[in-house]
Amino acid sequence: MNLRRYTLYHNAKRCIGCHACEIHCKVNKSLPVGPILCEISCQPLKRVKNIPKTEFLFRSCYHCDDPLCVAACPTGAMKKREDGIVFVDETRCVGCMLCAGACPWHIPQYNPATGKAIKCDLCKDRIDRGLKPACVSKCTTKALELVELRPWGEPPG
Amino acid sequence: MCTVRCPIRVEVEDNEVKWIEGNPYLLGGSLCARGGAGVALLNDCERPQTPMIRSGPRGSGKWEQVSWEKAIQYVAEKLEKIIARYGARSVVVSTRGGPWQDLFKAFTFALGSPNYTNHDSACGRNVHHASLSVYGLGRKGFDLDIRNTEHLVLFGRNILSSLGVAEVNQVMDMLDRGGRLTYVDVRQTLTGIKAHRFWLVRPGTDYALLLGIINEVLRQGAYDKEFVDRYTEGFEELAAFVEPYTAEWAARECGIRAGEIKKFVEEIATQRPRVIFHRGWMLARYRDSFYASRAIHILNVLMGNIEIPGGQIIAKGAADCGVQPPRSFTSRVKKPEEKRADGVGWKYRHFDPGVGLFHLFYEAMLTEDPYPIKALICYRHDPLTCFPDPEAQKEALERCELLVAIDTHYSEFAWWSDVILPESTYLERETPVALKRGAKPYLFLRQRAVEPRFNTRANWEIVSMLAERLGLTDFFPFRRIEEIWEWQLEPTGYRPEDFQEKGFIPLTDHPILYPRDQLEGKFKTPSGKIEFVSRKLESLDIPSFKAYQSPARPPKGRYRLVFGRAPVHTHGHTINNPLLNELMPENTLWINQREAQKLGIEEGDLVDVIAETVKFTVKAHVTEFIHPEAVYTVHGFGREVPYQSRSYKVGLSDQKLMEGLLQHMDPVGGGLCLCEKFVTIRRSPQNPKRRVEL
Ligand code: SF4
Ligand code: SF4
Ligand code: SF4
Repeated sequence: MNLRRYTLYHNAKRCIGCHACEIHCKVNKSLPVGPILCEISCQPLKRVKNIPKTEFLFRSCYHCDDPLCVAACPTGAMKKREDGIVFVDETRCVGCMLCAGACPWHIPQYNPATGKAIKCDLCKDRIDRGLKPACVSKCTTKALELVELRPWGEPPG
Repeated sequence: MCTVRCPIRVEVEDNEVKWIEGNPYLLGGSLCARGGAGVALLNDCERPQTPMIRSGPRGSGKWEQVSWEKAIQYVAEKLEKIIARYGARSVVVSTRGGPWQDLFKAFTFALGSPNYTNHDSACGRNVHHASLSVYGLGRKGFDLDIRNTEHLVLFGRNILSSLGVAEVNQVMDMLDRGGRLTYVDVRQTLTGIKAHRFWLVRPGTDYALLLGIINEVLRQGAYDKEFVDRYTEGFEELAAFVEPYTAEWAARECGIRAGEIKKFVEEIATQRPRVIFHRGWMLARYRDSFYASRAIHILNVLMGNIEIPGGQIIAKGAADCGVQPPRSFTSRVKKPEEKRADGVGWKYRHFDPGVGLFHLFYEAMLTEDPYPIKALICYRHDPLTCFPDPEAQKEALERCELLVAIDTHYSEFAWWSDVILPESTYLERETPVALKRGAKPYLFLRQRAVEPRFNTRANWEIVSMLAERLGLTDFFPFRRIEEIWEWQLEPTGYRPEDFQEKGFIPLTDHPILYPRDQLEGKFKTPSGKIEFVSRKLESLDIPSFKAYQSPARPPKGRYRLVFGRAPVHTHGHTINNPLLNELMPENTLWINQREAQKLGIEEGDLVDVIAETVKFTVKAHVTEFIHPEAVYTVHGFGREVPYQSRSYKVGLSDQKLMEGLLQHMDPVGGGLCLCEKFVTIRRSPQNPKRRVEL
């Protein structure tokens, strides 16, 4: 089992709910209308010390340590990398969407432009080039960060 | 993408845009959704692709697609005819405003008309005129150093949704640093949820609250006496004027507790001078918005926040950096002597004659007083979306023999006009050089990232073609953008290549602040001081302070229509963008929970929103966090351009409901009163109660 090495940290205090991350992700992956790979949402306003408040949540794929989507994929298109990134190998994907049914949060989505599944792959092509994911690079307020996880005591790198 | 015009960096491969990000030096890569969705605009076929000349009645949607030669020829011939018959003054040119309006202003003057204008009377004119009356400096005369302030106070300024990336980051940094935020509005917003203090006020009572705060500031002595003594004029008069307007009085008027107002003043007393009352942007709202805006400016002065970090910093220009400013196109032409048809400068001497007031040209069109107006050219300005009551506007436009729209998208005005000259999007065009004034001035321009997808042209190319055909080459001899850049930059000592490194040319590496004890002469008022009592207004028999008048309460069953912004759209021009439309395809009507209950309206129900003759049906958003007198919607929807399939007749248009408001202007500020419309709300009969089909 490949433990995940990266995660996206979302600082809800800084997030203003502008939905730019969703757009930056879509544009980077040239997605048509339909699939949105990361999602900003919030609970209805509630009074806290007399001020109507809410906070934004950011959700994309969790890159599970033991991903059900990978197990469910009949063609081996849903894969997990060394560094724990779970991604769709488009050459193998047949668009059956069993992965979406298996994922507890229905994260994988159908891309009508390709007829295949698509999901957040942490912009692995950018990470591999030493760059940050699209949503992180361009978040309006720098509320998103790519965090590298490592076992306790292990030095970075 | 929007008119904040955040500086961007674009990566291109094979004439395809691969990556758009905020300028790394100025924005650290950050960009909002509208900026990011530029690629979708670029590739969208539902924008004008080639020049078009109307072949049926106005608005019929019958167009002939023509070449640029033919379109320019058509416009030029019409203009020549109109000028021969009615004089050059009968031509009005309007733009959205902003850094490149100089080009079109110069074009107007070169034609021989004094009638250059922009959209600002539906936007920031009240703030601008109020700022001039207090400081002698206009709306953009200051940079707000929000990042370093202790306390930011926002009156209906939904700063995080109106969204300029740099400004938003200033606010978030300020909050991270532990700065305080007070937010005042008639509803809760994306900005208000970040606030430490939120005041839900009765619509139209901002002025009362401001007067109450000034009164309390003076009562507590919570102002900068030294600064006020040294740099201002009219303090005694101010004190006498606000005397009756106590916190208790204001509390009754706006529905905030007096104790809260006092506590607020106690707090800012400890934080000043690093307290900013945001100057506001769009304050074309109520009939006293000009005086409310003056009160905001006055509070800033009382805080003593001028020319300090964390305060209002006087915007600096090239000269402050020891550099000659770039050349402007207006320097090539003489401003015609003729008086303006909107009356600004002679009939209305208290208004800034630089751009005048757009809506007053409609009056001139209808009355032919002071003279007939026969042609209107709008560059990136959509009066039918931005001004109230499009039907009333169309009646006036009927008197024009030529309507030309220059735009990147189908504005409602373009659809109604005679000729559409399609402009290239910001990714496909260059622009002339402009100077960004501020604490750290810089020079900037746009470069062409990709070649135009369609048969569109850059703004300067369109002006160049018109100038050539009209024989105005003295004014505009340029054929290539490089010629323009070189000519503009020559006095600055910089070269066009100097933009390569950062995308802009910084004129200083640190913010420039004048020494605070040498501000004499920096305020361009008649007295050279900050004027609580405006000499200019008084000389025209206009009072510097206006007695407060309580706003009308809506009659039973009716509500005050207020409007605002969502972070994913810019007014009307992004609604049809495929990606932004996916995020927010329609607007809703916000209504207070108790009122909704009375009307039998539940969340998500369809409601009818009715003015005199106009009716829209949209979904209701029921919330306790809007004042019971108000209903709210996002501006820009309810579009009626059939070529825009995604946005055609979706949602409601606030300006179409504002019947009768076209000439409803704040007489002293010149801004329109866009929040002075009462509409009827009812649950729509379209809510299905039964099911007929299987
Ligand atoms: S871009 Fe950043 S600030 Fe905007 S919604 Fe996404 S995470 Fe929040
Ligand atoms: S798609 Fe679902 S199951 Fe698969 S890794 Fe992501 S969150 Fe886990
Ligand atoms: S990491 Fe990349 S793919 Fe994942 S949500 Fe962010 S932009 Fe989209």
